[in-house]
Amino acid sequence: MIQVSGLTKKFGAHISLDNVSCEFNKNESIALMGANGAGKTTLIRSILGYYHPDSGEVLINGLNTIKERVKVLENISFVPQLPPPIKLSLDELMQYISVSAKVERDLILHYANDMKLDVTANLNKSFFKLSGGMKQKMLIAISLAKKSNIIIYDEPTANLDPKARDDFYRLLKQNEDEKVLLFVTHRLEEIKDLVNRQIYMDLGKIVSDEKI
Amino acid sequence: MKNLYLIAYLDLKESIRAKWFLVYSLVFGGLIALFFIAGVTESQVMGFSGLSRLLLMYIQITIVILPIFILITTVRSISGDRDNHILEYMLSFPISLKQYYWGKIIGRFITVYLPVLFAMIIAVVYGFFKGAIIPWSIFFLYTGLLFSLSSAFLGIAFFISSFVKSSEVALGIAFFIWIFLLAFIDIALISLMLQHRLNEELIIFIAMINPMELFRVAAISLFDPELTVMGPVAFYILDLMSQSLFVLLSIAYPLIVGLFFALLGFKIFQKKDLV
Ligand SMILES: Nc1ncnc2c1ncn2[C@@H]1O[C@H](COP(=O)(O)OP(=O)(O)OP(=O)(O)O)[C@@H](O)[C@H]1O
Ligand SMILES: [Mg+2]
Repeated sequence: MIQVSGLTKKFGAHISLDNVSCEFNKNESIALMGANGAGKTTLIRSILGYYHPDSGEVLINGLNTIKERVKVLENISFVPQLPPPIKLSLDELMQYISVSAKVERDLILHYANDMKLDVTANLNKSFFKLSGGMKQKMLIAISLAKKSNIIIYDEPTANLDPKARDDFYRLLKQNEDEKVLLFVTHRLEEIKDLVNRQIYMDLGKIVSDEKI
Repeated sequence: MKNLYLIAYLDLKESIRAKWFLVYSLVFGGLIALFFIAGVTESQVMGFSGLSRLLLMYIQITIVILPIFILITTVRSISGDRDNHILEYMLSFPISLKQYYWGKIIGRFITVYLPVLFAMIIAVVYGFFKGAIIPWSIFFLYTGLLFSLSSAFLGIAFFISSFVKSSEVALGIAFFIWIFLLAFIDIALISLMLQHRLNEELIIFIAMINPMELFRVAAISLFDPELTVMGPVAFYILDLMSQSLFVLLSIAYPLIVGLFFALLGFKIFQKKDLV
């Protein structure tokens, strides 16, 4: 489903991805690990088509992620490492998502409810005024409501309390069938029963890749 | 199309809530109010009705402050969203870069144009109730001129926003462009003219390439169809083209400048990393 071939991305003289090649297929749940600065976020952003690579390319179902970004992104749910300071209210944010990605608003409310986030009480609040954990809950709810076959999480649990983490993993477990789940994490033990493949990165390269 | 409207609409809503927008609207609304309080409409100078006089004063102040307002508030729109990772999230949904960029421009255009237009409409309506004759031709000319001036600076602002790295640099560039177009070109040209270094036609041509200068001349052209106040400038301009053609040009040219820079900005936006 996702095909990364010979991908190199440099920032100035620094090589963040060094000729990376790998493939992610249906029914795989991958834990992507590695030290800070290993290149995990860079790889994920390349998959989403944000970076123009120095060489190589990423194909999703055969489509180039930069040239065919609209078609490719229809199938991807993504939660970034840090929730951005979006000034839209929750109401407007949901409008943005339901119109652009055809996500049902009720479904977002449903998953937010499962994550114990009361959206209706905060409808007119700016997204960036929510607490760190609330922001992540909102983004997670959106990612689940958007029924994609590729789900990409860049450490989404950093600000979640233990209870919320459990809720999140439970929801994820129910939603991972027939999909690719790419999960960046520093705490493998938490998602051990969720994943069936582990990838370690270091200095912009994949150093180990094993299925379990 | 749907996404284009969506982005324009949400950007508009977001801007209207922002504090700068409040200040912006108050400045232009306040300007008009001030003119009325000062009794500009009651005056009869040079045979123009008071309301025309007021509109002329309004437009002359607007030409100075509108560009800097547009530049300052817009110059960080794309680059700011890139820096604080808003693009990283918002563009993870199936929206093309085209829709996003042009949607933002449309939303921002409405935000900056409507307050200046409304202020003028308020003046006309108020003047009407005071019994003044409404100078329609002047009103429509100014509506068009403001439209094209807004688009010129909005285009330039989005262009800067597409490549600039930090907010400070963006503001610096914005301020420089403004002061350059507003004053430096004039000063340089006047000194050249005084020293007879260049011939007058060339100097006037250079002056008219500047959208702000063109705007200035066009704004008074309806009051003074022979452009006598402009001296030799008028001679060359009216020698080249008719007055109505000149008015048309003064609206079309800034519009084209704006579109050109906006397009350039879009090309850069497409080529650069989004995060
Ligand atoms: N926009 C950028 N400009 C310059 N360097 C960058 C940029 N983005 C990433 N890098 C560099 O690329 C390298 C990899 O960064 P990346 O964010 O991919 O690491 P990561 O594996 O996600 O780390 P972490 O676990 O801390 O999130 C780092 O050395 C980082 O400094
Ligand atoms: Mg990272």
